[in-house]
Amino acid sequence: MLADDTRKFIDTLVKGNKVMLFMKGNPTFPQCGFSAAVVEVLKKHGATFHHFNVLQDQAVREGIKEYGDWPTIPQLYVDGELVGGCDIVREMDANGELAQLLSPRS
Amino acid sequence: MSVQQTIHDKLVDALAPAVLEVINESHMHSGPATESHFKVVVVTARFDGMPLLRRHRLVNDTLAAELGGGVHALSIHAYTPTQWQDRGGEIPRSPPCRGGSKAS
Repeated sequence: MLADDTRKFIDTLVKGNKVMLFMKGNPTFPQCGFSAAVVEVLKKHGATFHHFNVLQDQAVREGIKEYGDWPTIPQLYVDGELVGGCDIVREMDANGELAQLLSPRS
Repeated sequence: MSVQQTIHDKLVDALAPAVLEVINESHMHSGPATESHFKVVVVTARFDGMPLLRRHRLVNDTLAAELGGGVHALSIHAYTPTQWQDRGGEIPRSPPCRGGSKAS
């Protein structure tokens, strides 16, 4: 069960940042190939993004799975909505949808 | 039954795929587990008109028991038959592991 304070903490990160990535490790030293792949794609798009290293917080590591109703990490959120994990991000990079999603709203 | 076989059978039952590949990629990762990392390629007409996130949720939900157990990572490539034909049946590569003892 996702504790209230953990949910609130995650919610603040997701709602407070246009592009929010929950990952293993950090953008400089990703600890997982899937997380690294998402960072690479975001950097390629020149996107400003915030990250949270789930390896540093067991409650968030487990809680984010329930929060996003998504069983794996990384998880990318844009404008408060779950975009998906590594495969979806790479697919959306390839088909142009990600560029659209990351562009500033007029 | 192996985890690989279980994943295969569950996806066949749930999604009636035209193409299904269940690839064990555990050897690409650190740790002693031999059935921890998998890649699935699912091609099914059920995905027609369905956004990517929902396709992935469908696969994840089908394999919830495995993901809650020993399966640590699941790479999902979900296509409609038309998309699969358009890409000429090419399966995307998975990223190399950077965790655990293979990180250094």
